This record gives sequence, structure tokens and C-alpha cells, in this order.
Amino acid sequence: MATVLDAGEIGRALKRIAHEINEHNHGIENVVLLGIPTRGAFLGNRIATFLGEIAGSVPVGTLDITLHRDDLRLRPPRPLLPTNIPTSGIEGKDVVLVDDVLFSGRTIRAALDALGEIGRPRSVQLAVLVDRGHRELPIRADYVGKNIPTSASESVRVHLSEIDGEDSVEILAGA
Amino acid sequence: MDKHLLSINDLSADEAIQILNTASELSKISDGPMKKLPTLRGRTVVNLFFEDSTRTRISFESAAKRLSADVINFSAKDSSVSKGESLKDTAQTLQAMGADAVVIRHGASGAAQRLADSGWISASVINAGDGTHEHPTQALLDAYTIRSKFPDLKSDFSGLKVAIVGDILHSRVARSNVLLLTKLGAKVTLIAPPTLIPVGVVDWNVDVSYDFDSAVKDVDVLMMLRVQSERMADSFFPSEREYSRGYGLDIARLNSLKESAIVMHPGPMNRGLEISAESADSHKSVVLAQVSNGVLIRMAVLYQLLGGAAFTGEVSA
Repeated sequence: MATVLDAGEIGRALKRIAHEINEHNHGIENVVLLGIPTRGAFLGNRIATFLGEIAGSVPVGTLDITLHRDDLRLRPPRPLLPTNIPTSGIEGKDVVLVDDVLFSGRTIRAALDALGEIGRPRSVQLAVLVDRGHRELPIRADYVGKNIPTSASESVRVHLSEIDGEDSVEILAGA
Repeated sequence: MDKHLLSINDLSADEAIQILNTASELSKISDGPMKKLPTLRGRTVVNLFFEDSTRTRISFESAAKRLSADVINFSAKDSSVSKGESLKDTAQTLQAMGADAVVIRHGASGAAQRLADSGWISASVINAGDGTHEHPTQALLDAYTIRSKFPDLKSDFSGLKVAIVGDILHSRVARSNVLLLTKLGAKVTLIAPPTLIPVGVVDWNVDVSYDFDSAVKDVDVLMMLRVQSERMADSFFPSEREYSRGYGLDIARLNSLKESAIVMHPGPMNRGLEISAESADSHKSVVLAQVSNGVLIRMAVLYQLLGGAAFTGEVSA
């Protein structure tokens, strides 16, 4: 087990992502943040807080992708997680999806499908805390906290204080 | 959760709450223009109805379709059942067609259990009402409706006072509701003439009253039941008029309820018999909310049963 990001580094990475979102979209007037539960939702809130300090408040919500997964039949039924779309909606907005780890890209594919059910954003961007590679779909992130090269057998664990009591990112060796 | 949903007893309190929570997440997704979710694409749900039904069948059909499942409706009247085909042959036909779930309504108590235990089919069986036994999805949608009107309840219904009034004896809705509501901690009182109270009620963990007026003063939820004339071979009360006087919800009784109380009815209503038209249409009535919540609950149940890895059951001939 190796810690690759500590609390301070996570905080700085998220703050940098907030700056990049502000810069890339020429301000935040049209930006909506949607975190993918569980941990992406907390990261979305944190980025929204940083954006609030930098540029002003942005609508932030959550988007559950469970019903759109392509691997539902491989595992027992999963509980649904909260979906909260901000009242301003996503129609014509620049939506930034927020997740903790980008791996195969399948979660993001499902999120794009889930988003399509809700409305038609002007653009969809992706922010992740960790990009660990091994994509199985043509998907990439616009904002990356840290690129962490991994082997496919390793696993990446993101801990956040809201749910795990501390902030850290670890790599665990595979079996 | 089990492979089948035959009785409320198949669910723990946690599993029941899980279904209610799934339904409330689904309600957020389906707000506004109704979306079709891809979750059960390629799965087949058969509605096998040996008894008449409007809302339950339509509700299951629309729940399955919103999750993109294929739906086959089968009603006994216009099928080979009317030519004398047995439940076994019907079931095996459905098996051969590749049904993933069978929603069954049948006039005989235990029919759903029989289908599930028979080994005739590998599909999940959902009981949509069997005789005078149980109707679990109705109890779940009632609990969901109650929770949406009393948001403080969350996963524990203790402190909630529920009165179930009318034809308890013939009511599968009452039986499932008693099981679920007491499991969740609510206090349930049954109100009916002695002839319409089942014998085994002492084991149900409920209070029983024969006097409507004194029993309903402080209830939060008043659940009226349909008088099931079609199941009544004997006379259980002298006349409809007398029943209505003693156990019908008229405007005077409605007005004696607490301000926050709600009135439920599983439908179809006999207006003028167990419930007056004014009561049925009053602002305390949540009858239509029960119908729309039914779709969400049935989506949640179908998701729980079919949304995950397929069960691999052995099918015997």
C-alpha cells in the first residue's frame, strides 16, 4: 500500500481544477457541477466551494448512474444513490461531471446516457481526482487532479473526510 | 432480497425500506417528462392475471415499460385457460417463451407460492394478489404514500397510528399492510363488524375495535377497504345501508379526523358504501397518489428482482 496523494495535495489539486474550470469556460456563469455518487458528489461540493471563493457560486448537484450501468447483470442489484439536479437544470449549460477515479471510462459513458435523459447541455466536461489509465472506451478527462500510472491488477482507493474520516489516495497491490 | 416477492414476510424491515428508498430515487429521476430507463432492456415480464384488475395490471405494465423490459399481458379470460389449460401448462408455456419475471394475480390463496415452488419456471414470481392472502406491492406503495405525507418517518414508523376499516376478512391488502406496518413499528387498529374480522387476528399484533367513531379520533392514517361482495357467499352484514351507517366513511366522520390525517383506499371504491363521494374526493384523500406511487414501487421491486445478476435456478419438468 502506498499513499500517492495526502490531504494537502488533494486540496491543492481540487483548487487547481476549480481555477481551470473557471478559465476554460471564461467564467462560471453557465457552469453546472454534477458529482457522481458516492465520492464524486463530495468532490463536486468541494470544487463548488473553491469556485465560490474564486469566481462566485455555481449550481452543484449529483447524478446517479446505477440504472444506466452496462454491468448490472454481473452483480447483485445495487442500491440507487441520490440524483439531485439543480433547479436551474442542465439545458444549454456547460455541465462538468465530477468523479473520483477515471479507469475504464464505463462510469462516464453511463453518466453521459443518464445526462441525456435529463436534458441537452451545451457541453459536457469531465473532472476527476485521479486518472489511473486503462481506458476501455474513447473517453478522456478535461481536468485531472493527478495522473497515476497503475498496473491493471492494482486498485486505487480514494478516501474523503466526509465519508472515510480522512483525505488520502492510496494504491493497493493486486492479488 | 429473495428471488421472489410472494409475501411481506419475504422482506426484512431493512429490505422494505430499501424498496421505498429506491422508489423515492426513481421519483426524482422520473420528475417532469417521463423518461425511459434502459435498466431492464432485454428482460421479459409477464403479467399473468386470472382475476380482473385495472390498476395493478396497468401499474406493473407501465413500471416494466419505463425500465425498458418487454411486457406480455396474459389474462385468463381470453387465453387457453378458458379452454381448461392448467396453471402448470400455462406456466411451462411462459417458461418456454423466456419470461424473466411473472406477475401473478389469482383468486386462490397461495397460487403465487405454488408457482414459485413448483419448479415449473425459473422466472422470479411477484404476487399481485392471491385470493384473500396477500398483496405485497400494495402494502409497499401504501407505506411509501404514508411516508411521503409524513416525511419525519424515514425508516421507522413508530408513533404512527393507522386504522384499517372494513372487510378485513377478505382483504389481502389489509393482511399485507398489517404485516408491513407493524414490521416498520406503526400501531395498527382494525375496525370492522365482528363477522368481517378473521379468526386468527389475535396473532397479528394489532388492536381490534367494533366501534368506528370512538376508534378513529386520533389516527394519522385511515385506510378504508373495499367491501368484496364477490368473495361473500354468506351474509356478513344485514344490509348495505346498515354497513354504511356503522362502517362507512361519511362526511361527519371525515370531519372528526385530525387535521393532519390522511384517508387511503386501495381501489376500486364502492362510493356510497364504504366511502362517501365527498370523503373520496376530499383534500384528505390520497387515493390518486396511491395510484401514481404504485408505478414507482413496482419499478423498484422489478429493479430489485431483475436489475442484478440473473438467478440460475434449476427447472424440473
